[in-house]
Amino acid sequence: MLRLKAGMRHTVALKVNGRTLTGQAESRTLLTDFLRHELKLFGTHVGCEHGVCGACTVLVDGRAVRSCVQYAVECDGAEIRTVEGLAQAGLLNELQQAFNRHHALQCGFCTPGILMSATHFLADNPDPSEAAVRDMLSGHICRCTGYYPIVAAILDAARAVREAKK
Amino acid sequence: MKPVAFEYCRPDSIAEAVALLDEFGPDASVLAGGMSLGPMLNMRLARPAALIDVKRVQGMDSVVAQGAQIRTGATLSQAAAMRDAHLMQSVPLLRLALPHVGHFQTRNRGTLGGSVAHADPSSEIPLALATLGGAVELVSKRGTRRIAAREFFVDVLTTARESDELLTALLWPMRRANAGHAFDEICQRHGDFAIVAIAAEAVVDANRALAHLALGLGGVESRPTVANTAAFLGRTADGTLAREIAAAAADAADPMSDLKATADYRRALVRASGAAVLAAAFANAGRP
Repeated sequence: MLRLKAGMRHTVALKVNGRTLTGQAESRTLLTDFLRHELKLFGTHVGCEHGVCGACTVLVDGRAVRSCVQYAVECDGAEIRTVEGLAQAGLLNELQQAFNRHHALQCGFCTPGILMSATHFLADNPDPSEAAVRDMLSGHICRCTGYYPIVAAILDAARAVREAKK
Repeated sequence: MKPVAFEYCRPDSIAEAVALLDEFGPDASVLAGGMSLGPMLNMRLARPAALIDVKRVQGMDSVVAQGAQIRTGATLSQAAAMRDAHLMQSVPLLRLALPHVGHFQTRNRGTLGGSVAHADPSSEIPLALATLGGAVELVSKRGTRRIAAREFFVDVLTTARESDELLTALLWPMRRANAGHAFDEICQRHGDFAIVAIAAEAVVDANRALAHLALGLGGVESRPTVANTAAFLGRTADGTLAREIAAAAADAADPMSDLKATADYRRALVRASGAAVLAAAFANAGRP
């Protein structure tokens, strides 16, 4: 059993985008704050900070989850993927390119979270219906786009990934 | 928007978790997925001295068939439950309710047990469990007990769980032969808290007469309720009966008023949406 005292700092190790990174966290330190302030990964955004808006969504052990309503110490040893891990060797991946093509972002505040949700969603659903994409997107708030270009980008990315695999 | 400082405890076994609850009592909060507790901690509506994180307790997310029941461990995530074909087949009402629970991103982490322990009156999982006549398993140093879901939910965010008890599992009755199920809810946006949620399980006999009915209402009163529908058994299960039962349930309910809806509006929703859900459950019921 692990017990971490209140008000003290503890070492937390996460495997983030393939690299093991360690930092210090209080037991109450949110995963978002640990990623941003301790690991200096500012790609993950903080919106509502109570699990509603979706801006902070990251992958924890492959699943898209809110990083603002979990604690760094809870995730010790977990595999995390953030938006910084999507582009490879400076090249945007299929999903990011589709967002670019479809103008699926304006201010970009919600985008990192939506990209991470879509990454998990498309891994489970390589050929999704538009309704399924919209259902997944209901967990995100975007105030710029009206969602249409985001839906189009995700469907287009799914198509591009399927064709690349042929 | 940051939680108070708390001691973080991560037990590996139920025995360790229960020992911690015995030590901290009401000063501890049990953390599973944290999709309800997390926001409450961030807003400091909850200020526990200790968080007992049960996610890594071995085997606490298992799904096991036990005779006429299926037992789901408390930390089984909502997403994992939806992927479990046997569970979804065995408990059709849960299969219909789960897509209404939060969003893809919260179901990936939120748990069945956490939702029941939290006991929000508008929650879908407590409603499904109470409607089906399921039960909750609680473990403490004093032993293990099982309590009917309909007795477990006491009030808003209040259950019959004692502060030294850990909710370890939910017990779902297996699908009744030929039963039909339906579930729907009205909320401001899909995935929001339900203003009214309605769950129904119906069995009709060879003459299409109603042989069994459970009609559950969520978001109406301070806890999920099950309407008294005994007087309608034996009647032909059709749209007319569906409207009559829903109207009776609406009249008998004592709905709450809040920022989202008045009591009268909730009663109107039970009448209209209740009739639709009942008609769907009748239509889904198989012929014996």
